[in-house]
Amino acid sequence: MKNELNVHTRSISRRSFLITAGTVGIAVSYGNLASQAFAATIATETAGNYRPNAWVTIDHDGTVTIISPASEMGQGVMTTLPLLIADEMDAEWSKVKVVQSPSDAEKYGNPGFYGIQLTGGSETVRGYYEPLRLVGAQTRMILLHSAAEILDKPVTELNTEPGMVVHTPTQTRISYGEISRLGKISDPLPQISKTDLKQPEQWHYIGKQDLPRIDVPSKVDGSAIYGIDVQLPDMLYGAVIRPPVQGETPATIDDSEAKNVVGITRIVRLPYGVGIIGETIEATIRAKEMLSIEWTTGSRIRNYSSASLIDEYRKAGSDLSQTGVNAVKKGEAAQAIASSDILIEADYLSDHVYHATMEPMNATALVSDDEVEVWAPTQGPTFTQGFAAQTAGTTTDKVKVHTTMLGGGFGRRAERDFVDDAVSLAKEVKGRPVKVVWSREDDVRHGKYRPLVAQHVRVGLTSSGAISGWQHRVAADSIFARTLPPVFEDAGGLDDVVTEGADFNYDMPTHEVEYLRQDNGLDIGYWRAVGCGYTKFAVECVIDEIAATRNIDPAQQRLELLAGEPRARKVIENTVKMSDWSRPREGRALGLAYSDSFGAHCAAVAEVSVNRENGQIRVHKVWTSVDPGVAIQPQNIEAQMTGAITHGISHALYEQINVVNGEVQEGNFDTYRVIRMSEIPEVEVSILGDPTQKPSGMGEVGLPPIGPAIANAFARLTDGARLRHYPFLPERVLEALNG
Amino acid sequence: MTSFTINGRVVEITAEPDTPLLWAIREHLKLTGTKYGCGLAQCGACTVHVDGEPTRACVTWLEDVAGKEVTTIEGLSEDGSHPLQKSWIAEQVPQCGYCQSGQIMQAAALLKNNPAPSREEIVDHMDGNICRCATYDRIIKAIQRAARES
Ligand code: FES
Ligand code: FES
Repeated sequence: MKNELNVHTRSISRRSFLITAGTVGIAVSYGNLASQAFAATIATETAGNYRPNAWVTIDHDGTVTIISPASEMGQGVMTTLPLLIADEMDAEWSKVKVVQSPSDAEKYGNPGFYGIQLTGGSETVRGYYEPLRLVGAQTRMILLHSAAEILDKPVTELNTEPGMVVHTPTQTRISYGEISRLGKISDPLPQISKTDLKQPEQWHYIGKQDLPRIDVPSKVDGSAIYGIDVQLPDMLYGAVIRPPVQGETPATIDDSEAKNVVGITRIVRLPYGVGIIGETIEATIRAKEMLSIEWTTGSRIRNYSSASLIDEYRKAGSDLSQTGVNAVKKGEAAQAIASSDILIEADYLSDHVYHATMEPMNATALVSDDEVEVWAPTQGPTFTQGFAAQTAGTTTDKVKVHTTMLGGGFGRRAERDFVDDAVSLAKEVKGRPVKVVWSREDDVRHGKYRPLVAQHVRVGLTSSGAISGWQHRVAADSIFARTLPPVFEDAGGLDDVVTEGADFNYDMPTHEVEYLRQDNGLDIGYWRAVGCGYTKFAVECVIDEIAATRNIDPAQQRLELLAGEPRARKVIENTVKMSDWSRPREGRALGLAYSDSFGAHCAAVAEVSVNRENGQIRVHKVWTSVDPGVAIQPQNIEAQMTGAITHGISHALYEQINVVNGEVQEGNFDTYRVIRMSEIPEVEVSILGDPTQKPSGMGEVGLPPIGPAIANAFARLTDGARLRHYPFLPERVLEALNG
Repeated sequence: MTSFTINGRVVEITAEPDTPLLWAIREHLKLTGTKYGCGLAQCGACTVHVDGEPTRACVTWLEDVAGKEVTTIEGLSEDGSHPLQKSWIAEQVPQCGYCQSGQIMQAAALLKNNPAPSREEIVDHMDGNICRCATYDRIIKAIQRAARES
């Protein structure tokens, strides 16, 4: 099944943010919340209350309900986004209640991300930062106008403090709850502009106070509802068997035993597998084991073996007669390198990795004659609406999507397969909801892995050590060709997410990044930090290779290339200081890497040792500095950094999906190894925020620099032995040591 | 029909005796705080207590718990006031949160037998529980805090 998506052009969603020419004024939609899909919950609780716009409702008791438009998958957006509104409107945080938005791109889409609801690319806080503060500021203005009327005072004499409007001359106070009871919302709505936003020193929450995360209490008493937890009256369960080799279909299905399992309702042939519907989850699992299916054998994926393909990709990357599409072209890098004195040339390889979200893929759907309802832990409610409509054979306006809590996302939950399963099976039993839960094995074997990538980097140096040219060739299959074909075609065969991170802020006289698309058909997808997760591996290791060639300090090498980048220099200098960089460590070494990904500046130093007998690498300690622009919630930034770095260590040392003749070899956590508590280093995080800067993304920032920091430490520990293939499995480490 | 006690309440479940306890808890009793992560005793997301012992519900059959006492995250305390639940909030441990019921149940069993565990003892006891968001450092801090404060 093709993932045909319509991405409309970057547009501000009209009804919730009305941007007028010149100044940014915003008119906030008012009163039509009740007609919305999700409104049932809110409407019943807030009927008759004060709803200044689609985002905020104020109860008579002062409760402020704020809509959160993005998917909460651990990154903390369910707190971060509402607090932007709360701060500007001067809401009292203890009175704030957060409600997940319905799927409604027009109202709640991310203005910085094509106007759709899709949580990914570290775009959420970046895209909503200003619009949501404007919503908050206008809400405050509306409250002031209402209070002016109630108190019969000029609005110019009024001010706000958390939860209150204050008449300054008389010190008369009126709470937001009272305003909601007594006030009217002025028509037309008061207009505001960017100049009405608070100055950083006026903030209560942004960068000022670490608020406890809204979702945390429900995650320590078991009450948080993830997709897999959905329970509906009359609900059935579903399971889907997919072919061992992608793209094949059932040739014969023998269900004679399976259909007799007590509790089995239906066994159905799907275009891409076999579906089972039953009254209990255990019945569907039993039936799954008893089904005997012969699959067609014609898929071209049968030719797919990752170990030999990575070698082909490496050859493609280093064969300069093969040309690709330019992602970056600054000057004539190839020529400059040809006439340089010293050539540094290396191949960096990375195997497939799998998301391993702790919550396996799942979704629940209810299909009736003219309506589809989906409950899903999805990163992309807008796309989910489209996928469900397509599968059910209806239009998107007939589809309601309820976004549940997500037990991890990392890019996997932007996909459609789990939604297709639920809708396909629910179609078979109209009127009854069906919850489809993947087994861990289904989840491992039918992932949308990070691409298999070979990168060939060539750098020319003059005899004095100056870089004359930098050429970076990325050989990999395409993610966009599968997920967003129109985007891929429009870009002339370029795939931004596959090559991202190869562009950088190091100052280069010439710089060329080429994408050599490999087309072997296995589904690959967005994996935390996407392209930056491997391009920074190549870039940051090559920087160290240059420093080693020149015999200068790797930190010095970076600072030289970042002369015009004060923020970048600062994170490097700070991390160097934190780690006591020049102090030698007995039996260990430090390695450094820097990354400019997702709008942040981030440096990491890893302290590493290696067991030369068995090839095992150990990361003992990591120091990291991040400049995220405005540091909205430092405690959460610290958590995201530590998590992403630890995740990054896991993928650099252990994680690998092997595909042999089209079949994925791993099946569960016994074969797909992820980092455990006994393997984590201590991580020290320093946040160098600047409240006047826009916020960067935060969920992915920490991941790219840690792998190269480990490889660079290893080289410094071993007199220059280089690890150039992710993951650094013991046999690869031994090979580097002995070769 | 299998009968056992869960969170202090006696229940009877009509299901095959070899049904994993996990599905009985989650889908028959609708106590969804206990999670499915691997089904193979590899991740700890499904950890509950059976007669006080930390147990992987995904590899425990219904017939194994007949007449026994099962405690899930919902029954660890009445109102989220178990010292670990409080320390988990104080340390702001969860990210996606999916593994955390299992982590807390695993940790609760540790503190019951060893009220002041060393860091090493904590790591040793918790190493079977995966957290993909890698909140491990805060889990350790939260266990230490609970040990300190109770
Ligand atoms: S689900 Fe039981 S240990 Fe993973
Ligand atoms: S908090 Fe996400 S898996 Fe542990």
